[in-house]
Amino acid sequence: MNAALINDPRVRGFVYQGLLVAVLGALIVGGAYNAYVNMAARGIPMGFGFWDEVAGFDINLHLIPYSDLSTYGQAFWVGLANTLLVAAIGIPLTTLLGFAVGIARLSPNWLLSRSALLYTNVLRNTPLLLQLLFWYNAVLKTLPGPRQSIALGDWIFLNNRGLFLPAPVFRAGAPGFAAALATAVVAALLYRRWARRRQERTGRPAPVGWVAAGFVLGLPAIAILFAGLPFTLEAARLSGFNLRGGIPVIPEMAALVFGLVTFTAAFIAEIVRAGVQAVAHGQVEAAAALGLHRGLANRLVVVPQAMRLIVPPLTSQYLNLVKNSSLAVFVGYPDLVQIFAGTVLNQTQAAVQVMAITMAVYLAISIAVAVVLNLYNARYALKER
Amino acid sequence: MTDAVVFVRERSEPLDPPPTLSGGALAWGRANLFSSFGSTLTTFAFVALALWLVPPLVRWATVDAVWSAPDGALCRQHQDGACWAFVAAKLDYLRFGSYPIAERWRVDAVEALGAALIGWLLWPSAPKRALGAVLFFVVYPVAGFILLRGAPVLGLPVVDTLLWGGILVSLLTALVGIVFALPFGVLLALGRRSELPVVRLASVLFIEFFRGVPFITILFMANTMLPLFVPEAWTPDRLLRPLIGMALFSAAYMAEEVRGGLQLLNRGQYEGAMALGLNYPRMMALVILPQALTMVIPGIVNNFVGLFMDTTLVSIVGVTDFLEAMNNAFKDPAWSGPTIMATGYVFAGLFYFVFCWGMARYSAHVERTLAKGRRT
Repeated sequence: MNAALINDPRVRGFVYQGLLVAVLGALIVGGAYNAYVNMAARGIPMGFGFWDEVAGFDINLHLIPYSDLSTYGQAFWVGLANTLLVAAIGIPLTTLLGFAVGIARLSPNWLLSRSALLYTNVLRNTPLLLQLLFWYNAVLKTLPGPRQSIALGDWIFLNNRGLFLPAPVFRAGAPGFAAALATAVVAALLYRRWARRRQERTGRPAPVGWVAAGFVLGLPAIAILFAGLPFTLEAARLSGFNLRGGIPVIPEMAALVFGLVTFTAAFIAEIVRAGVQAVAHGQVEAAAALGLHRGLANRLVVVPQAMRLIVPPLTSQYLNLVKNSSLAVFVGYPDLVQIFAGTVLNQTQAAVQVMAITMAVYLAISIAVAVVLNLYNARYALKER
Repeated sequence: MTDAVVFVRERSEPLDPPPTLSGGALAWGRANLFSSFGSTLTTFAFVALALWLVPPLVRWATVDAVWSAPDGALCRQHQDGACWAFVAAKLDYLRFGSYPIAERWRVDAVEALGAALIGWLLWPSAPKRALGAVLFFVVYPVAGFILLRGAPVLGLPVVDTLLWGGILVSLLTALVGIVFALPFGVLLALGRRSELPVVRLASVLFIEFFRGVPFITILFMANTMLPLFVPEAWTPDRLLRPLIGMALFSAAYMAEEVRGGLQLLNRGQYEGAMALGLNYPRMMALVILPQALTMVIPGIVNNFVGLFMDTTLVSIVGVTDFLEAMNNAFKDPAWSGPTIMATGYVFAGLFYFVFCWGMARYSAHVERTLAKGRRT
């Protein structure tokens, strides 16, 4: 009877799980109790009251209003915005660079593909932190001062105070230009739908690309002719010892974005190469047998199949870029971790609350990306029959 | 009767050489460098770029470099070359940190022992690899710790972990990562595929939590929160805290690698093991894990490479790893100079590159070997 009970897998399952729950519960309760005692003994705040207290430190880059009279809560939002800013700039750039290097890896030109291989090997096999410190300390910091800036024409300046991009100044033509652009995009989309329907019905293809380009370039051009330029670019100008005007990019951000973009691009390049090479050769041959020339075969046969393999790891690289942007703390870029898990934690001593909030933000981003990826997979995964 | 005329040739004529453009360097160049107009342009552009970039870089690293000097004065005079003398002067600090000079043989011994054991484990046809695994995962951590930390009973003076630094700490962190992460990761992977819902949920939560947040936040957490969650008297050592963070972090990534291997395995293997009457632990230990782990060796090694590069982040919590030791060495006023930093970072980059690239090559080699075995 007893032996039978011990050998019953269901009973065993309950016992094992009960044990696990007991151990984990003991760990959590014990940890919480210790934390309570330790925090009380050291006078560490236990609630989230610090959120509305005055922070008293300044942040040299803030997208939303912030001063040293702002609260810790506002500092959190500044940090989050700065983290998202790096992601918003870094992800498009790293995608472009990564695809370019990945395609270069597949080039029939030996020098080009070998150079791309060298790029991916070197960047993937040295620590990101080392690369960031190199760009920041050994490259950006040793650049000449504002008076001897490295200039690209009269528009872009690079010196040890950062990167200075020209800023757009909106003119009278801006509303008309925007309206024309929006109309053009809608018209192009409608035309594409019509062309697709007609091709399905009659088999006659329509030159979607050319017509869409005509809409998107033509309508705004007409708007400019009638209402004038939508904006003009205004470059930074030397005044005194520094450059004024334009869009100044602080050196910390320049180094961080450059380092993250080049590093992540090396991984994306490998993903692109693997994705394209994984498309069965028979597919290319079948496309050729159907009489498609190389461009069409790539666009209609190879790329759609490769994208299916590329997108999932690509999104996880985007996620890596967001997580790696926390290395900002090493070059002094004020991101979420540097401001909140660094300065705010040190000033308030509220380690548990601050770390919980910081990690919750990154987890929320991870989960959001995972949800989007699952939706994509459900839509585009191979439907096997 | 006339003699029959023999038309069959008795000796073969010497072969004509192949057309110049179908083999050899010329053909290769034509196919790979000048196959089209665009390709030709690219080739010329890259040759020009290489001519412009490579000679100055080589000169910077060799001819114009300062190879030996007592201090930074010579390097400050030769600003167009690297300052390898700086690396040479700081090499001991970069390797050991502030570990007492008289005791540094202990570090050497631990490193040599570790290298030998890893070689044993990674060499596919080595004898008694199971014994090697036990030595590496059980005996080596204990022996290594005693040797590094010291034990007055054995006549080895205690060396406080605050003095440990440099490559020693980088290797130690990576090793702790692998030694604790692999067994723990296997458990987590099995837990994630378990049929018991509580076990599965706990494993999934653990894995997804640690994979979802940046490593830096885990280090911060280990540094600031860990001391709060244990009784005052147990407060972990400053070096131990990031090591715990590292072990948990890498276990989560290792678990996903192992799970990949478990999923590759045919269902028939499980069924066969069960049909033989093996219970769960035996089925896993004797049938499933040996196959699954072998299949994911490349993944584990790649993971380890990533882990090794991530060890650079531990400096954020005040631990002096190799990169942080380099940053500290820059602060020496005797060696201040404009070329010092670039030299130091290039040297550090070479160190990490040789290590990581070597591991990556190894894992690619194993992957090819395994693929060959699976195809037949």
